[in-house]
Amino acid sequence: MSFDRTHVPVWRPGYRFQYEPAQKAHVLLYPEGMIKLNESAALIGGLIDGQRDVATIIAELDKQFPGVPELGDDIEQFMEVARAEHWIELK
Amino acid sequence: MPNTGSSSNNLPATPEVGLPLWLLAELTYRCPLQCPYCSNPLDFAAQGQELSTEQWFRVMAEAREMGAAQLGFSGGEPLVRQDLAELIGEGRRLGYYTNLITSGIGLTEQKIAAFKEAGLDHIQISFQASDEQVNNLLAGSKKAFAQKLDMARAVKAHGYPMVLNFVTHRHNIDKIDRIIELCVALEADFVELATCQFYGWAHLNRVGLLPTRAQLERAERITNEYRAKLQAAGNPCKLIFVTPDYYEERPKACMNGWGSVFLTVTPDGTALPCHGARQLPVQFPNVREHSMQHIWYDSFGFNRFRGYDWMPEPCRSCDEKEKDFGGCRCQAFMLTGDASNADPVCAKSAEHGIILKAREDAEHAHQTIDELTFRNERNSRVIVRS
Repeated sequence: MSFDRTHVPVWRPGYRFQYEPAQKAHVLLYPEGMIKLNESAALIGGLIDGQRDVATIIAELDKQFPGVPELGDDIEQFMEVARAEHWIELK
Repeated sequence: MPNTGSSSNNLPATPEVGLPLWLLAELTYRCPLQCPYCSNPLDFAAQGQELSTEQWFRVMAEAREMGAAQLGFSGGEPLVRQDLAELIGEGRRLGYYTNLITSGIGLTEQKIAAFKEAGLDHIQISFQASDEQVNNLLAGSKKAFAQKLDMARAVKAHGYPMVLNFVTHRHNIDKIDRIIELCVALEADFVELATCQFYGWAHLNRVGLLPTRAQLERAERITNEYRAKLQAAGNPCKLIFVTPDYYEERPKACMNGWGSVFLTVTPDGTALPCHGARQLPVQFPNVREHSMQHIWYDSFGFNRFRGYDWMPEPCRSCDEKEKDFGGCRCQAFMLTGDASNADPVCAKSAEHGIILKAREDAEHAHQTIDELTFRNERNSRVIVRS
């Protein structure tokens, strides 16, 4: 089954993406919990704003990092995992 | 790195001190409820004056600077603080993820809206049971249950994520299916099915609270069945089942290690590495006298059980000490009289018999709910005197 890139990811209500200077990393905060994101997840997370669809996010990161093979697949995979973990909703 | 203790042993080096990612602000010990398993200290009625709004602002700002990201407002019942909305607003402004941990008693729809406006991220409501009568008996309040239901619905209506917390014990754990169904109906995002941990008032009432192994196993099996059902339905509600360590053979990695992630500040400003530590014969620093930087990195209390040098046998030579840190210091102190000892939950502990005896007691206990000692000022004063 192929991934529909016209979906717009939004953070689940009550989930907050932010930069933590003390950890020098982006984190996802939620009720009584926190996930420290790796660099690529942080780059993707920074573009989740409830406006951009997955295709737009892929295009923007492709512009920033041209020539990275399988960039689109990696981003799709992030979306799948984030949805399965209920961090995001795909609208 | 060499350790500084006697040179003949091969203890691992004391790890670098982590960031205090979690700040728990126990705003007050005042509470309209009287739950017999409250984790507040038995002598709460004898504690000093509460911190002021400005003092809390300073504590929050300093801890945030040091990396704290999660901020919990608890108590007692934090809603009795008249400055709660102000404290929430400041916490959010500083960049914290703000959690209100409440019984729901004293909450109104107006307050729920005002806290949202102030920037509150999440509300956790604690329930005592799924059943109105048991809930009210345990909470020592006649109207508690209906109020909690109303407030849980209002929390969701105002767009908050919601955690429902059920403390389970021998009197309500057999109704776990009804508890879960209630939580799902209320659209909880997370459900904590937390079997009583035996600290504070719960330790005092242990015989009347500890479920039997059969009760526990049944509850866990039913929880797993509901997990599978929820997942199959794509329901994001997550069930968190907390077992009482009395049925384990190895201790829990309490607080993820002493002074490693958690920093609790009690109503009178005493800073603790966990909310149960006040009872230990260890001197803990107070935020009225010291900076949070000093408290976390340099104070005696926060360094007392960091690393491995303090450990006697059997922990000292144990190959699991880096995994569980010898268990819980408070439990070791309460049950063996020495906070450095191995947590008796561990089957390697010379005092493990205490835990075996407690399990045995659970098979024969017949205490009813109204025979438990309720957490209130009168009992607190009587207990402290005796």
